[in-house]
Amino acid sequence: MNLAWVSANWPRIWDLTVQHALIALVPVVLSLVIAVPIGWASHRSRLARRTLLPFSSILYAVPSLPLFVLLPVILGTRILDPVNVVVALTVYGVALLVRTAADAFDTVGLATRDDALAHGHSPGQVFWRVALPLAGPALLAGLRVVSASTLSLVSVGALIGVPSLGYFFTDGYRRAFPTEIWVGIIGTVVLAAVFDLVLVAIGRVLLPWVRATDRTRA
Amino acid sequence: MNQVIAALQWLADGANWSGPGGLLARTWEHLWYTALALVVGAVVAVPLGMYIGHTGKGRTFAVGVSGAVRALPSLGLLTLLAVSMGLGLGWAVVPSTIVLALLAVPSLLAATYSGFDQVPDDVVDGARATGFSELQIVGRVELPLALPLMVGGLRAAALQVLATATISAYLGLGGLGRFILDGLSVSDYPRMLGGAIAVGGLALAVDGLILVVQRLVVPRGVHVAVGPTDA
Repeated sequence: MNLAWVSANWPRIWDLTVQHALIALVPVVLSLVIAVPIGWASHRSRLARRTLLPFSSILYAVPSLPLFVLLPVILGTRILDPVNVVVALTVYGVALLVRTAADAFDTVGLATRDDALAHGHSPGQVFWRVALPLAGPALLAGLRVVSASTLSLVSVGALIGVPSLGYFFTDGYRRAFPTEIWVGIIGTVVLAAVFDLVLVAIGRVLLPWVRATDRTRA
Repeated sequence: MNQVIAALQWLADGANWSGPGGLLARTWEHLWYTALALVVGAVVAVPLGMYIGHTGKGRTFAVGVSGAVRALPSLGLLTLLAVSMGLGLGWAVVPSTIVLALLAVPSLLAATYSGFDQVPDDVVDGARATGFSELQIVGRVELPLALPLMVGGLRAAALQVLATATISAYLGLGGLGRFILDGLSVSDYPRMLGGAIAVGGLALAVDGLILVVQRLVVPRGVHVAVGPTDA
């Protein structure tokens, strides 16, 4: 490690770290917002489960670099536009989280739902007050996986010129300068840890009855 | 949409399929890198996973290592290893295979020990009482029952490796990623998009193939639960 390089380039490192975090933040939030209704639909309807879940696993199978270059054609964006990376990572996040959400709603169980209905909850209330909170811990665990994988995939965008910590990988490779690559890797891991801590903290606030667990990190 | 048509025309042109830099040769290279990494990854992950699953020891260690590997950016690992090993462009396949194999390990490891884990204790104890040795229990009872899950792990690992093998083209390696990076660098968009479609198609084909294998390896008499289970 060449620490002189790190301190000399600190403003640039900070800039790219912030860019990296911003590009990752949108897909993490959007994948939760989009995956929960799709997961709920897959839980309620057999037809939805048989179509949406296989479709999401097909989307997940498409590698990231090809998706980054295909999206400009589909969206009509420029190839350098960070929106392409954001949309692609949202697609992966949703694809990953939909199955988790469907499974999480499945584990809530019919008996619990019938109980809630018998107590006079409307179907909407059953979702917001019973199913969603009970599925919360599994959703949070799934979202933590999405967050880690999104942060690591953002750097692939550097290959098509979208600035992020991935810039240090391509530039460090061109200059055969390992320090620069280390900075990118450490920056990504630190960001992943920060995102994870924030998610766990949000979980503690929103789901105070469960101790945050690590079980789906397997 | 014109660009899509141009890309499809590029794909339909027989001249782009033949020769050492053609689609056919690049597809084989891509599959070769993927298979090589999966074999290396499996040699490490499967015995380790079998040991953890059979004995129940080392689970926390495996979960921790797998989580750490998943958080690492693959492009960073590829470029770091390529620069640090200093083997030059001709030997880029060495750092690339090491990284790709490393990426395959978490899925294979988790699938193997969960596969062994989910074999009911009664079944293992029954086999033991019938006079099976520990090795026979592993080979003839646990392994066949764990196989569908293990192939599921192989499917996840194969997709991850195939996707990252596209990025390995950045190290000067062959494979279908070449079309994307080369097309991008000279603004030859039909070539770039054609390559992207080819990688996507290959990934879906490999995914579908392993899915079929996964269905075939379910031992007779075993039913795999699919769909909602309401308690």
